[in-house]
Amino acid sequence: MSNDTTSNNTTAVMPELTPQQLFRKQAAGEAIHPDAEDSIHRHVLTVLIENTIGALNRVSNLFSQRGFNLESVAVGEGLKPEQARLTLVTTGNDRIIAQVLKQLNALIDTIEVEDLTEEDHVERELCLVKVRCTSEERGVLLAMVDVFRASVVNITPDSLTFEVTGPTAKVNAFIGVMKDYDVREVARSGRVAMRRRLAFEH
Amino acid sequence: MNTSVQTEKATTPTPANPSQGLASGAEILIRSLEAEGVEIIFGHPGGAIIGIYDEMHRLNPSFEHVLVRHEQGGTHAAEGYAKATGKVGTVLVTSGPGATNCVTGIADAYMDSIPMVVFTGQVPTHLIGNDAFQECDTIGVTRSITKHSFLVRDVKDLAETVKKAYYIARTGRPGPVVVDLPKDILAARAPFHYPSSVRIRGYNPVGRGNTEQVQKAATMMAEAERPLFYVGGGTIISDGAERLTALAQKTGIPVTTTLHGLGSFPENDPLSVGMLGMHGTWYANMAVQNTDLLIAVGARFDDRVTGKIEAWAPHARIIHIDIDPACISKNVPVDCPILGDVSKVLEQLEPLVQPGDYSAWRSQIDAWKKECPMDFERDGKLRPQEIIQALREKTGGQAVVVTDVGQNQMWGAQFYSYVHPRSHITSGGLGTMGFSLPAAMGAAFGLRGMDRDVISINGDGGVMMNIQELGVAAAHKLPLKVVILNNNYLGMVRQWQELFHEERYSHTNLEPTNPDFVRLAEACGCVGLRCDSPEDIASTLEAAWEVTDRPVVMEFSVVNEEKVFPMVPAGAATDNMITAQFNPEACA
Ligand SMILES: Cc1ncc(C[n+]2csc(CCOP(=O)(O)OP(=O)(O)O)c2C)c(N)n1
Ligand SMILES: [Mg+2]
Repeated sequence: MSNDTTSNNTTAVMPELTPQQLFRKQAAGEAIHPDAEDSIHRHVLTVLIENTIGALNRVSNLFSQRGFNLESVAVGEGLKPEQARLTLVTTGNDRIIAQVLKQLNALIDTIEVEDLTEEDHVERELCLVKVRCTSEERGVLLAMVDVFRASVVNITPDSLTFEVTGPTAKVNAFIGVMKDYDVREVARSGRVAMRRRLAFEH
Repeated sequence: MNTSVQTEKATTPTPANPSQGLASGAEILIRSLEAEGVEIIFGHPGGAIIGIYDEMHRLNPSFEHVLVRHEQGGTHAAEGYAKATGKVGTVLVTSGPGATNCVTGIADAYMDSIPMVVFTGQVPTHLIGNDAFQECDTIGVTRSITKHSFLVRDVKDLAETVKKAYYIARTGRPGPVVVDLPKDILAARAPFHYPSSVRIRGYNPVGRGNTEQVQKAATMMAEAERPLFYVGGGTIISDGAERLTALAQKTGIPVTTTLHGLGSFPENDPLSVGMLGMHGTWYANMAVQNTDLLIAVGARFDDRVTGKIEAWAPHARIIHIDIDPACISKNVPVDCPILGDVSKVLEQLEPLVQPGDYSAWRSQIDAWKKECPMDFERDGKLRPQEIIQALREKTGGQAVVVTDVGQNQMWGAQFYSYVHPRSHITSGGLGTMGFSLPAAMGAAFGLRGMDRDVISINGDGGVMMNIQELGVAAAHKLPLKVVILNNNYLGMVRQWQELFHEERYSHTNLEPTNPDFVRLAEACGCVGLRCDSPEDIASTLEAAWEVTDRPVVMEFSVVNEEKVFPMVPAGAATDNMITAQFNPEACA
């Protein structure tokens, strides 16, 4: 294939970008230097959909269909019982995030999509951790509860089950500390998020 | 429908109905299709939908039912019908295998934004999930290839669901909708009422474009020195071809179209630079690489158009008019997005633009046209390009040409010179071999009585993939002109093997398995003709056009090694075109 050589050359030595090519790369959040990486951001989205299994399927399907990343999903009934509210955490460059938002909006059962990332918002995650422990360890573990403002939801002679709620970083830290012990089970809810104020208040 | 039985049945009054004023789900479906104005459905019966067929037999509905011989053929026929007429195509199939046989056609319609509603039978509600006989999770299987889908769980929702399905399929960016019908729902009874309108909270297709954006586009057009229209199939879908043509002629801006845009602007107009992309004209691709303003109209920056995307249209600011927000800045971030119905936006734009002086740009394009024109070798051998040109002459460009996939598709696109919207139909997005014959049949059904020739152009490979529909076209006396460009190869794959795989022709020779197409045609109730040399092209077409009461299959034994040029190798930069006339370096 006589053209191979030409096309390979272009990747090896980054050619001078035209102003338009530069604009496009920047608009997409793509790297403009050969060795640099795209700037990937984490985005927290809330999506209001019709509260049906079909609608939920279409949302989750979208992520595999289009090759989008999905870090976490949390679903539950919203304010109105016929609507479900999802909190999704996804990552990508600007072009991909714009696509995620548009493709979510394109679904027939989607009522509203919001990107909370740049908004003043609260994020919370709930986590249950079950640890196997000896009676000597129990005291140390219980002391942890205060530090993380966690609560003990169950005690047996051999185990403790904790509940911790907070931003993901806090949950991660709690699980990290617990990992020094004999953690048997972890269950996380995925993030839920909400704008701090009403949409029109600034 | 079987008319002889119908007349007898039609005289019998509605059978004793225990629950007065109630209709079965099957009847509600039929009544809904009638109320929706459906003219024709392509279907195939089976256990899960036998009740619908029974009611069709009893009710003698106002629409026609065409019994296809494979459900895939039915879906392509519905697509061809939709593309040729602009109306929604309708398919009716049974559960399980009936539904899975539709998957290719549904995916095809999804990729090419074709309005289609597919009704699939389903096992009774209480058996769903039990691996019942002929059960298939049709909604699950088709989820990522439909614009939307419905599983009807209550007969009371059926009529409204049908209304919604057609509304969603037809509006916005059109696409296929699946309606899955469990057998018990079809038997259950409810009052029939077809809603006159529906509202779907999360679905509000756009209309006119934002005035400021339209103004900005007009300004950009006034500032440009080397502007170029890049027109896609969305222009034809929105019935915007005339407006586009008027706008180009008013401003004097040259036009290139995509494969699906063919016919949106007359290719015999001096402003036309033909098709762009992988097998586009050299001069269209040169124009793209040099333009300073690309006005994308109902196009989607597909990889077969752009090639290596970073290197595409490197100097162009881009205006993009499209009805689908997700299409805008999907592959290439644009400078001026205009979200709206193409036809309406063009209408808004028209009064804001002025004729420009693009004489330098135009003469540059004309020079490119002379430098590397669309041509082929004339050495007394039968070449496919010459056949397409002969078809153009025979029909004066007035035919509807439905191509299959492969080399035949590209020659069909390159050498017919399209002048009317909806005169070129092909499977562009999915590239489905076996599309042409059934799609042409569907188009012919849609255009009956309109005095339009419908030509189906095929390769010897693809035509076999839905050859069973030939008998259907014959039974309905459709005067289809079926062209088979027989190169005894999976020609397009062979071309790649020759150019990029050092002539290792791995499993692309069809000679050992090709049938005698003339006898095959005759066995299916069609006329079969064979042509082996360029001198016989005219007489073959002459003979074919004399037949008006059934399909004619013309087998042309063409040069086996002929290749499609120009060509931008997959993933290469558009500058790296290979042409037959030049060595690649000279073109770069
Ligand atoms: C259903 C399907 N299978 C495989 C392909 C891959 N494919 C693209 S073109 C082509 C060759 C087509 O051969 P033929 O129909 O004889 O047309 P020609 O290229 O020879 O004109 C193949 C196999 C396809 N597009 N569709
Ligand atoms: Mg072939």
